[in-house]
Amino acid sequence: MPRYAALIYGDAATETSGTPEQWASIMVEYNDFGATAGAAGVLAGGEALQPTPTATTIHVKGGKGGELLTTDGPFAETKEVLGGFYLLECKDLDEAIHWAAQIPGAWHGRVEVRPVIDFSQE
Amino acid sequence: MSESLDCMVRHEGGRVLATLVRLTGDITLAEDAVQDAVEQALRRWPIDGVPDNPGAWLTTVARRRALDVLRREAKRTAKESDAVMLDQVTASMSEATSDSMVRDDLLRLIFTCCHPALSPDARVALTLRILCGMTTVEIARVFLVADTTMGQRISRAKQKIATARIPYRVPSDHELPDRLPAVLAVVHAVVTAGHHAPEGRLDARFDLADEGVRLARLVHDLMPDEPECAGLLALALATHARRDARLDAEGHLVLLRDQDRSRWHHDEIREASELVEAAIHRRRIGQYQVQAAIACLHTLAPSIDETDWPQIAELYRLLESLTPSPVVRVNRAVATAEAHGADAGLALLDDMDESDVAQWHLYWSTRAELLHRTGDVSGAVEAIERALTCNPNDSDRAFLERRASELKC
Repeated sequence: MPRYAALIYGDAATETSGTPEQWASIMVEYNDFGATAGAAGVLAGGEALQPTPTATTIHVKGGKGGELLTTDGPFAETKEVLGGFYLLECKDLDEAIHWAAQIPGAWHGRVEVRPVIDFSQE
Repeated sequence: MSESLDCMVRHEGGRVLATLVRLTGDITLAEDAVQDAVEQALRRWPIDGVPDNPGAWLTTVARRRALDVLRREAKRTAKESDAVMLDQVTASMSEATSDSMVRDDLLRLIFTCCHPALSPDARVALTLRILCGMTTVEIARVFLVADTTMGQRISRAKQKIATARIPYRVPSDHELPDRLPAVLAVVHAVVTAGHHAPEGRLDARFDLADEGVRLARLVHDLMPDEPECAGLLALALATHARRDARLDAEGHLVLLRDQDRSRWHHDEIREASELVEAAIHRRRIGQYQVQAAIACLHTLAPSIDETDWPQIAELYRLLESLTPSPVVRVNRAVATAEAHGADAGLALLDDMDESDVAQWHLYWSTRAELLHRTGDVSGAVEAIERALTCNPNDSDRAFLERRASELKC
């Protein structure tokens, strides 16, 4: 079965703000999605990420074994940031879009659907 | 080789391709196989005669060709997906393709080519390539881009269909409201491009405007219960019906009011208005039905003075509520001025966003005409001068300058 990554993007500003009540209601939405998609056998995995201020970006300059450069923050400073992802097992893009549209991130922000490379078929 | 044979093979090719895509699930493979079959047909039919069922002949040859390729691939790569395709095509060799199967295949393919996961430009290009059988070079010429750019656009789209697995399926009823507009927008883009294509830009053998009507007819035939499909076909017909009167002997555009109405194709106008009437009775109004109704009212009028302007103004009001845009507003203002006087038209122009109109010469030239009709000559001259600051093209500039000097007299 083909797999799709559903990458969940949200507003960087609201990532760290929001009242506990707001977060609780969003968590309920995510639990609903997890239960429905899980029961349908669509979920192959997924994680929520800590906010971007906790991110560390590294780069090894000059090839393997070169100088290690470590910077504070996410790779790209953008208004919308990656907040988590699901791995969806779907037969085609339409089915992946159908499920991605039920991820709460689709209405709180954006969900990017990307096919995962199947190396056994390459 | 006669042109009609070439045309027939190309159009049959689209139907055969739809079937091959279903069987192989691979657009590129299907295209190669059909291309091969078409070449054979063009070689053999002039000698052997055209077979009774050209579509079936082409399908059989294309299937055989696809089988050869798949057998070779399957042997080389031992990929599971190739084996599955091979089985599917082999099993289909004895299958006779009925008309209804071809219809289903075509409908699926249209929704694939017009999938919202593809860019709007790519949807139009892919539809012209796959469903109309145009070559990449022909499409590039229509949209005034380099051949390589168009080739990349099409191959990227095909690659995305394959890699992201955009499926070959007709959306279910509840998905249709989300998916049909993309199909209609593609057909509309083809119709519009065909209408505006200047003479000499296209191959003599290829008439994009004809192709737009053919595509609109195909979509209407495939989805006869969708009133917007009927509306779009009617719009295409009513527009195309004026083709012989649109340009003068020197190839310059002739305004609607000055066109020789005896050169319009009145049978096509009749068909268009019957389509619109039947569609409107379904009571699911949409932008294409309204645009078609407007086009029909224009073309049904025996002369510009006998045009039903109040009705057209009302239709523009409806169109604006469905799809608000500065262009629709200006058209509505013109129709309203004809129906209810220049002041009523000007009031609609006054009520527009400055940012929408600041750099738009058509807004200012329209405004100038309406001001002139109210007797405000200095206002009209000022508006024309404003239009001239908006970088109009050469022929528009010449027109505006001529108009300005007429007004100043």
